[in-house]
Amino acid sequence: MQRKACLLAGAAALALSFGGPAMAEDSSDPIIIPIHNWSSQIVMSHILGEMLTENGNSVEFVSADSQAVYEAIRLGDVHLQVEVWEGAFAESFDAARAQGGIHAAGAHDAITREEWWYPLWVKDQCPGLPDWEALNACAEIFATPETGDRGRFLGGPVDWLKNDHERVEAMDLNFTVVNAGSAAALWAELAAAERNETPIVLFNWTPNFAEAVWPGEFVEFPPWEEGCLACGHPADGYLKIAAWDGMQENWPSAYAILSRLNFTNPQIAEMARLVDVEGLDPEDAAIAWMEENEDTWRAWMN
Amino acid sequence: MSASLDQHAASVGNRSHPLQTWQILLALAFVLAVGKALLPPGLVRPPEWMILPFDDWINAAFDFIRNDLGLVVVTRAIADGIEWCLDVTGNLLYGRNRWPRIGPVPWSVVLVSMTMLGYALGGWRLAALAGGTILWIAVMGQWRWSMETLSVILVAAPVSVLLGLVTGVAAWRWRAFERVLNPLLNIAQSMPHFAYMIPVVVFIGVGPKAGAVVTIIFSVPPMIRLTLLGLRKVPSEVVEAGKMSGASQWNLLTRVRIPTARTEILIGVNQVIMQCLAMVVLASFIGMPGLGQRLLQMLQALRIGPAFEIGITIVLIAVTLDRLSRAWAMRKPVHHNPGTSWARRHRLWLIWAGLAVAAWLLAQMVPYFHIVARGQALSLAGPINAVVNAFLDVVSPFTEALRRFLIVQVLIPFRDAILWLPYTTVLAVVAAAGWALGGWRSALVCLAFIVPIAMTGWWDRAMITVYTVLTAVTVAALFGIPCGIWAAGKPSRARRTLLVCDTLQTFPSFIYLIPVVMLFGVSDVAVLAAVMVFAAVPLVRYTVEGLTGIAPEMLEAGQMNGATRWQALRHIRLPLAFPTLLVGFNQSVMFALFMVIIAAFIGTQDLGQEMQRALSATDVGKGLVLGFAVAFLGLMVDHLLMRWSDRVRTGNRRRQGAA
Repeated sequence: MQRKACLLAGAAALALSFGGPAMAEDSSDPIIIPIHNWSSQIVMSHILGEMLTENGNSVEFVSADSQAVYEAIRLGDVHLQVEVWEGAFAESFDAARAQGGIHAAGAHDAITREEWWYPLWVKDQCPGLPDWEALNACAEIFATPETGDRGRFLGGPVDWLKNDHERVEAMDLNFTVVNAGSAAALWAELAAAERNETPIVLFNWTPNFAEAVWPGEFVEFPPWEEGCLACGHPADGYLKIAAWDGMQENWPSAYAILSRLNFTNPQIAEMARLVDVEGLDPEDAAIAWMEENEDTWRAWMN
Repeated sequence: MSASLDQHAASVGNRSHPLQTWQILLALAFVLAVGKALLPPGLVRPPEWMILPFDDWINAAFDFIRNDLGLVVVTRAIADGIEWCLDVTGNLLYGRNRWPRIGPVPWSVVLVSMTMLGYALGGWRLAALAGGTILWIAVMGQWRWSMETLSVILVAAPVSVLLGLVTGVAAWRWRAFERVLNPLLNIAQSMPHFAYMIPVVVFIGVGPKAGAVVTIIFSVPPMIRLTLLGLRKVPSEVVEAGKMSGASQWNLLTRVRIPTARTEILIGVNQVIMQCLAMVVLASFIGMPGLGQRLLQMLQALRIGPAFEIGITIVLIAVTLDRLSRAWAMRKPVHHNPGTSWARRHRLWLIWAGLAVAAWLLAQMVPYFHIVARGQALSLAGPINAVVNAFLDVVSPFTEALRRFLIVQVLIPFRDAILWLPYTTVLAVVAAAGWALGGWRSALVCLAFIVPIAMTGWWDRAMITVYTVLTAVTVAALFGIPCGIWAAGKPSRARRTLLVCDTLQTFPSFIYLIPVVMLFGVSDVAVLAAVMVFAAVPLVRYTVEGLTGIAPEMLEAGQMNGATRWQALRHIRLPLAFPTLLVGFNQSVMFALFMVIIAAFIGTQDLGQEMQRALSATDVGKGLVLGFAVAFLGLMVDHLLMRWSDRVRTGNRRRQGAA
């Protein structure tokens, strides 16, 4: 269907270019936006959805796996992804780009980092942090019933495909990786640990609401190099916007809005906070954010 | 489990031989375990040379089929066809912006239609159930999600029924085809859902169409089986009568055989619908919209109140569709007396048309009856949250202690013990069990299932799966079987228990995860609890069925011999019910295997977690290898338990014959 529409649009554009100045009109086909399993992405997708709806486009949301989505964009099944984190998705994104059909439509000002992280109360109990060797030396204070005498590192959901298991092995760390089922499970564990100031080390990232609620620091691993295992994640990663190659042709005006989209660290953290702390539905959080920041997103509209 | 299994086999087997092969095998297993320290590493864990890169081979094969043979063009064309259907139902049910652009149908019209359907099929009670479900969905503001879900089922179920019917007829017509089909169906029905999804993502992509395709694939097997069963059962007299009236082969099939097999085929339709609902949540992993997606989001956000509400909706829809399709299957065709007027014969249709128009007009005047807007919806989430939190405050010290105790004292030691065993010990035990129950053939069959698992390189993960299933089924048996025995005490109690079990089995498996996440958070114990509850249902059910299905003469004989109730239970009823109980165990293990894989999203460490990773990386090879590993575990247990059940059954019969 999409293919056909795309061909037709192409043919029409060709015909028009001979007949006179082409009027770039957005197709009436819906723009399909994928939803993943962390809050800021969901809220940002809904903000974009509201903006595109106001622009006169029709928009649909589908839930999609955050790694498989790049293949889906490439094939035109879904059309964009608003948060491509370097640390987590660069590999899948690059692999899909190499095959063609997908490109970066823009980049946010936000700088991203994903890394092992601890809340500040841990610092007193494990001197020498944030150095990774110090962390490894006091691994046993992070032990739980499940992990025996090794420390527990609480990782993100498995579909984020972090290389924690490989890193633990490569660096011979005294930790066992336990994957939480979802981002919310990470925060639930962190909140539970806060009650007794139990030591905890877990996967965290910035921009995120958690920095405002629980002050803490990233563990400093040896700096990242291409393809290394015994090292950390990139400390100043990008946050890009991915789009299907056919998007510019099918919905030129929507594409223009998409490529102007540009959020900062505090803005993204605020979106996550509205859902994870205030408990709003993502749709309501998107509206709330848009009411607060009318000037910001108005500037990106056509 | 294997200990009791061997004991029993000993009592059944021939005692004149001093030492049997299976005993030797068991002794070998024991020696291997005790002498682990002395074993070469190749006998403790599968050596490198034994592990074959099955996943690379499968990936290469898939790449070839997909790209070089160009199958992806075909599958995507099929997917486009399905997508067109989804667009139509999507437009009608929730106003998706596609052709024919006339929807959405107001909820009040759907309410009237479903209530009438319920009335026509099963009287006022079904009408109340169907109408109540629709009303709940609309008033609670879940209309759009529910309709997204139904729009996929509305496409998937008919396709699946048709596909199943055609395949079933073909299998009935050509024996050779059936012989090929049967093992395929066996594997397909024991493959975990995640394993299906990866090839679907590769060939179809993600989104509602992929959800529909995976739902179709998953729901076809029972339809095929039931069609086949129905056609087999058609009495030859009926066919003869057809032949005598000069019917052609085609007429015989469409006018005689299929109508006679109607009941089985309609039960097949019922099964298809239930399987479709079971996929609702899982298919949202690959982009199926609707209730499942919503439930997954809410559970992942640990928002129990809304998740609970959606759970209720899914259960209500499941129960309604189940009851409606069953009523349809059981309904006898109505014959009118000649001369009845047209209006009289179509009375219900006319009433429906009148009510639907009225509802539609009402919806045009009052928007609330067209679509309940976000702000107007009722919500129980607040009160549910409050109740749950209050409840958790009371029980959490207890559940926390229980969790700690179970993890430290029971689960971890047991898991470590299973992981400690050399794989050769496990192989020997499996072979011994096979030999004891079905001779060398069974031993070979069992080895054929388990050796490939060792060759995949996923041995440790597979053993963690085995440990979870084993623990869950054991605990489930500890309270499921006494429950069943208690329920079988009185006929009325037994009937009610069976009804409860039936209803519980119509719940999509994901529903079971909601309360356990609530109670135990995200942990090993939560997984175990979910698996356990899910696995207990078939155990209770078959215990009741086994105990109530005993011929009364047998019990009277016991009474005349002056047996106490306990003795009657211990020596007559339980032994006679034992084969049925084994069938229950078999189902229980299958259910547990399914559940343990689904529970991956809570955070397990077994094959399921790897499968979820494979799904994320769209690694077909790895996913299928893991899927086969799970399927083989299931098929092995199935083989052993069914052999055992047959054996006990023939033993019982022989004993009854002698008496």
